[in-house]
Amino acid sequence: MAKITLENLGHSYMPNPQAPSDWALKQLNLDWDDGGAYALLGPSGCGKTTLLSIISGLLTPSAGRVLFDGQDVTHLPPDQRHIAQVFQFPVVYDTMTVYDNLAFPLRNRHVPEADVDRRVREIAEMIDLTHMLKKRAAGLTADGKQKISLGRGLVRSDVNVIMFDEPLTVIDPHLKWLLRSKLKELHQRLKITMIYVTHDQTEALTFADRVVVMNLGEVVQVGTPVELFERPQHTFVGHFIGSPGMNVLPCTIREGKAFFDGTAVPTATESSLDAVSGRTEIGVRPEFVNFADKGVPVRVTKVSDAGRFRIVETRAGEAVIKLLVNEGEGIPADDAHLAFAQSHTQVYRDGWIVA
Amino acid sequence: MTLELKNVGLRFGAETHIFPTDLKLEDGSFNILLGTTLAGKTTLMKLMAGLEKPTSGEVWFAGKNVTGVSVRRRNVSMVYQQFINYPNLSVYENIASPLKVGGTPDIIIKQRVSTMAELLKLTPMLDRRPSELSGGQQQRTALARALVKDADLVLLDEPLANLDFKLREELRDELPKLFADRDCIVVYATTEPTEALLFGGNTACLFEGRISQFGPTGDLYRKPRDIISAEVFSDPPMNAAGIEKKGNTFHLGTKARWDAAGELSGLADGTYTLGIRPHHVSPVSRGEQPVAVDGRVIVAELSGSESVIHFNMDGSTWVSQSHGIHPFEVGSQARLYADMSKAMIFDGNGRRVSA
Amino acid sequence: MNKTINNAAWIFVIPVVALVAFNAIIPLMTVVNYSVQETFGDNVFFWHGVGWFQDVLESRRFHDSLLRQLGFTFTILFIEVPLGVAIALAMPRKGPWVSVCLVLMALPLLIPWNVVGAMWNIFALPDIGLLGRGLNALGFDYNFTRQPGDAWFTLIAMDVWHWTSLVVLLAYAGLVSIPDAYYQAAKIDGAKPLAIFRFIQLPKLKRVLTIAVLLRFMDSFMIYTEPFVLTGGGPGNSTTLLSIDLVKIALGQFDLGPAAAMSLIYFLIILLLSWIFYTLMMRNEAQ
Repeated sequence: MAKITLENLGHSYMPNPQAPSDWALKQLNLDWDDGGAYALLGPSGCGKTTLLSIISGLLTPSAGRVLFDGQDVTHLPPDQRHIAQVFQFPVVYDTMTVYDNLAFPLRNRHVPEADVDRRVREIAEMIDLTHMLKKRAAGLTADGKQKISLGRGLVRSDVNVIMFDEPLTVIDPHLKWLLRSKLKELHQRLKITMIYVTHDQTEALTFADRVVVMNLGEVVQVGTPVELFERPQHTFVGHFIGSPGMNVLPCTIREGKAFFDGTAVPTATESSLDAVSGRTEIGVRPEFVNFADKGVPVRVTKVSDAGRFRIVETRAGEAVIKLLVNEGEGIPADDAHLAFAQSHTQVYRDGWIVA
Repeated sequence: MTLELKNVGLRFGAETHIFPTDLKLEDGSFNILLGTTLAGKTTLMKLMAGLEKPTSGEVWFAGKNVTGVSVRRRNVSMVYQQFINYPNLSVYENIASPLKVGGTPDIIIKQRVSTMAELLKLTPMLDRRPSELSGGQQQRTALARALVKDADLVLLDEPLANLDFKLREELRDELPKLFADRDCIVVYATTEPTEALLFGGNTACLFEGRISQFGPTGDLYRKPRDIISAEVFSDPPMNAAGIEKKGNTFHLGTKARWDAAGELSGLADGTYTLGIRPHHVSPVSRGEQPVAVDGRVIVAELSGSESVIHFNMDGSTWVSQSHGIHPFEVGSQARLYADMSKAMIFDGNGRRVSA
Repeated sequence: MNKTINNAAWIFVIPVVALVAFNAIIPLMTVVNYSVQETFGDNVFFWHGVGWFQDVLESRRFHDSLLRQLGFTFTILFIEVPLGVAIALAMPRKGPWVSVCLVLMALPLLIPWNVVGAMWNIFALPDIGLLGRGLNALGFDYNFTRQPGDAWFTLIAMDVWHWTSLVVLLAYAGLVSIPDAYYQAAKIDGAKPLAIFRFIQLPKLKRVLTIAVLLRFMDSFMIYTEPFVLTGGGPGNSTTLLSIDLVKIALGQFDLGPAAAMSLIYFLIILLLSWIFYTLMMRNEAQ
């Protein structure tokens, strides 16, 4: 178990990086506390897998240091860092049984066979593989194989951190729920540091205590799921987290108030808006938009049924505003007015939140 | 122009891949095949396209028996989960390829390709090779190629499965618009119930090579004919438990009981299966007929805006999905409320008996 | 799975079937015909039953060349397969050297068989050949035209030089198709290179190695041109492999009956051994 510190970390796949876009990972400082459940969330190519590989030691960073409990491990190979990793596509040793797969990391480290046996059985019990121990690993389904990959990390008592690289990619939706809650359950029981890399906000938010949102090689925001949901620091976070994402609407500032499409919109911003210049926008999540008697005039253009709720798409001039309406509640046919919950309406300047 | 499967089945030796199926798809309709991996979605699509010849039954298209007619002589296009494009052709040539084969004059090809590219936001990439595109753009190219030739039947086999969460959302929004004024039958295979709901149209629930039900998507979700359709069409998985009706009261486990309301009061005494979707089980008492259910918390997943609580209810795992943040300690006893007015009740044969 | 059953396809297959029948089955039937008859020339034949088969199977000469053949085939398999895998493992996986290595490896495969035989014959000559003179200069008494041991050594060295590349190319193709994640997982699990080979590379190579072993087995069992050019089966009969012996009987002595019987036995041996190899190597696949 260890606290992981990333110090001035940067990485480029080019030999002589010049422009900022040459860097897959830009200057980055982060602390990962011991025993936390973290998610690294971002779109393809945002640098999250690069960052994961640097922490695990599969990749040496072009700049900066990786510290485990204050000790520099930047140049240590993976097996000396005491980490475990579960990959996107299940990796199992085909010729071995499930038991031998789980025992493999221990046997490589010359653990006495009696301890291996005890540990393997204990972990198999946790991940519900006890009845399959004698089966050949190659014969298991994708979710079973992912459990083996996870189990190979759990058997080791010296593991500092378990890392997951989009582990549910090849798993069917109804099994995703089971496997994901299993991970969460194991984390709460074992309190091992876990880092979960994904592009799927639902997976990130439900799994992690703290989520690191990345875009274009940079960390945009680090926060609890609630913070990311209720107070996105950047419009990118607002858009990327939530389904559908946050409504981002162009606004003008007059007399200390934000106006959208000619209508004054009360916002949660406490400081005076007078000094705000640059490109200004209002951000409000579909969850915090309601139909009202007065407010922003809109036209209802589309209603999609999501089962539990409906996603209503409305238009105000060029802008599209989405809102969620619960099962059983009414939706106006055509013209309507929208009200934004003030405490959840933020003003953004050049993409960043105005405090 | 309709596509009709009459008693179509597919067997390989002793193995049945598709049980005899009757299905009628109307002109201009958007149809979803919903089922897990290996449920038979792809096989059924191949039968529709003529890529596979049924071992029993007939395929009729536009009033003609087309059983055994090669896919080449039928106006069908298909998009797969993998991004399949010609790697050595430009995006333009890729999109134009189905028209070139058909001997369309160049001037018309040019016109149609540019319309398609505009619709799918590919205009700036027309000169690039597929390998220089992002995953989303590659799949857009494959879609454009499938749509450019005005096919009578468009088959989409999990086309969004390999895309990032946000890209998936974006394309899911655009897809129905592409077909809005087209005269073709669309069939879309997916493993995700939410995706089916958002598309609307008609849905066929597929389970182990059988269509358990076919009809308008919303109806199927709210009024499944049997427990199989209800389970296929539920994400997270539907909570289920055996219940007993004695007199005018339903009994669940030892403690939970509630009155049989409305037409359910006419139900004969005996044992039934209760099915209730996770969003109708909540940590707070709400709805028309909330009934307390107790269980031991397995894990609580708290995303930014909702809580997913997995708990053990009399030996079976139940899930509650609710708005807001409701923290629960792992292993603690919890009381949740199931809104029984929303529950589905199935008889011994799995058929739904509740309204 | 997922194959369309289309009876019309048979129509397209018929010409091929006819062709195969013409150039494979008819000659084979001729051989079968010869193998059960005796002739004294003038195209007059007498029924001889299984007599030739008995003679061949009981003959010392056949036993000897069969043993030599088996010895040759298994020796080159034991050398070429591990050596081929070892070279494939040592080759770079990416970078500019990949194509250089691949071309170098493919070179021996592009040389016609009789040229290989002639090349090695000259190469190994004790008086002028680089190999022959070199070995003698190093103090070895080497003469492949006179000493059976030396002839065997040269024959095997030639085959290894010519055909190891095939195993290398197949194994290399198998190796590059293993996803990186497997190596990374193994590193994290603390597996040493030997364990990585044993538990990842070897299992993933199994299919291509099965093909490599089968190809090398069949080819080497039927080898004719190279040893014929190199040693002509000598000195004495010491490198007379089955195919060389067969040609001697059929064309040298014109004993058509025994030659035909021997051909059939030869053919059945190859078929049988190939089947055994294949079943043994694929046995675990079914599980």
